Amino acid sequence: MKKILALMAAAAVTVPLIASASPQQDVKLYQKYFLQKFPSVPLQEFANGVYAVDEAHRENWEAIEEFPPYDPMIDEGKAMWNKPFANGKSYKSCFGKPGVANKYPYWDAKKGMVMTLVLAVNECRTKNGEKPLAYKKGPLAKLLAYMAFQSRGKVNRVKIPRNDPRALAAYEKGKQFYFARRGQLNFSCASCHMQNAGQKIRAEVISPSLGQSVHWPVYRSKWGELGTLHWRFQGCNKQVRAKPFKPQSEEYRDLEYFLAYMSNGIKLNGPAARQ
Amino acid sequence: MSMKRRVFLKGTLAASTVGVLAGAGLLAPRAVLAAWPKSAFDATSVDGALNGVYGSSGAADSNSITIKAPDIAENGAVVPVTVESSLPGVDSITIMSASNVNPMAASFSLAAGTAAYVSTRIKMAKTSDVVAVVKSGGKLYKAAKNVKVTIGGCGG
Amino acid sequence: MGNTIKARAKIEGGECVVKMLISHPMETGQRKDKKTGKKIPAHFIQEVTCDHNGKVALSAQWGPAISKNPYLSFKFSGAKSGDTLKISWADNNQGESDSLETKIR
Repeated sequence: MKKILALMAAAAVTVPLIASASPQQDVKLYQKYFLQKFPSVPLQEFANGVYAVDEAHRENWEAIEEFPPYDPMIDEGKAMWNKPFANGKSYKSCFGKPGVANKYPYWDAKKGMVMTLVLAVNECRTKNGEKPLAYKKGPLAKLLAYMAFQSRGKVNRVKIPRNDPRALAAYEKGKQFYFARRGQLNFSCASCHMQNAGQKIRAEVISPSLGQSVHWPVYRSKWGELGTLHWRFQGCNKQVRAKPFKPQSEEYRDLEYFLAYMSNGIKLNGPAARQ
Repeated sequence: MSMKRRVFLKGTLAASTVGVLAGAGLLAPRAVLAAWPKSAFDATSVDGALNGVYGSSGAADSNSITIKAPDIAENGAVVPVTVESSLPGVDSITIMSASNVNPMAASFSLAAGTAAYVSTRIKMAKTSDVVAVVKSGGKLYKAAKNVKVTIGGCGG
Repeated sequence: MGNTIKARAKIEGGECVVKMLISHPMETGQRKDKKTGKKIPAHFIQEVTCDHNGKVALSAQWGPAISKNPYLSFKFSGAKSGDTLKISWADNNQGESDSLETKIR
């Protein structure tokens, strides 16, 4: 606890590796930090990302949400969900129902790794004789859009099983990643999305990382298409001139695990539209 | 090259154009639509664009045209713009982004009974006036709203 | 017929409010392909028409400055629930087109 407090109080510079403050304490402090930084923003509103804190651009976003660009992709995802595999089984056989995004990411004890919804979709496919889909965008993102849409309103409740120290280790790795400086610009995720959340970087307002994981996949106008969280991680890493990791790499899955845990209690509201 | 006046909804078309449009299933037997106003879209000025659409560029400023657009566009590639007018009998609305290389974005022909209201999303190359021109009672009226388009920060 | 048009048409306050999203690249012809360095050819919707009861309610002339995956909304009177609205578009690529018939709610 002391370490994470010191961390957050630090004006800048190097962040020490955090040993074992408990995740339960971490999430309380993390959420408290943002709720204090933005006192007029209720917890659930953080699911709307930068628009929770940027009035000027919120109007623009609300105009887009009138008929959001991801809308037809939800339909495409639904068609994918309903179409049986060659062997007659379907996504329903694996997941039961599409509204299960709130069950991810989770620690898979058998595999010894953080399982994401993206990996679960491909596992369903390969188990049933289908080829896996690309992680960043395209058909998989569209299926995710449908599943996310059906999961809207479900409360994000990521768990770190107490009886498996490997799960905690993965969470800690994700937390280290978040606070570690990287790249030529030497920024950590925290530099921008915690310390400078709500501030401008050039002409854009920086989004707070509280709630960042609950609204995926996202149609970014910049991409001109629907994409996944790990694609955005890559973009963020590249923007600080750091070498990006591969989508669904252990680094990004652990980071997702940490970020999602930090957003516990926030209702899922994917898919989303962003600039 | 002569600039032929384009008239919407009751226009005349070269026979070949009619053939193409009919073949595309776009023309119903009763409605003949004007050809795409190429000169308007190729024009590099607001006046040039208006000439291409209406055959004239004189438009009176009007307080009866509302342009709803963000003060600061989040992404110049997708700027939501809504144009509304309380002028009577509006049969045409044209939207331009004055500082685009080719200002003309779109022109809408409205039948009687169709409201003077259109909403769409346009590309703006840089900070610019969004100009809306409306035809009411055979006359042109205009309004403008400045929209700032910024270079992205972290989002690119 | 493709499924490029998604539309909602609803009677609100005596008018039919129509909102649509069309899936279309709306290429300006100015963008360069990052891999080849060549310009991606212009490919954009030039005309959109909306018919109700055999009459054109709105027709739009568009250029490449309309955003990718374009949105359009307009309103008209004289329609009632259950009527059919037909929306069509044609682009500059040899008149590639699509249309959709949708019921007004």
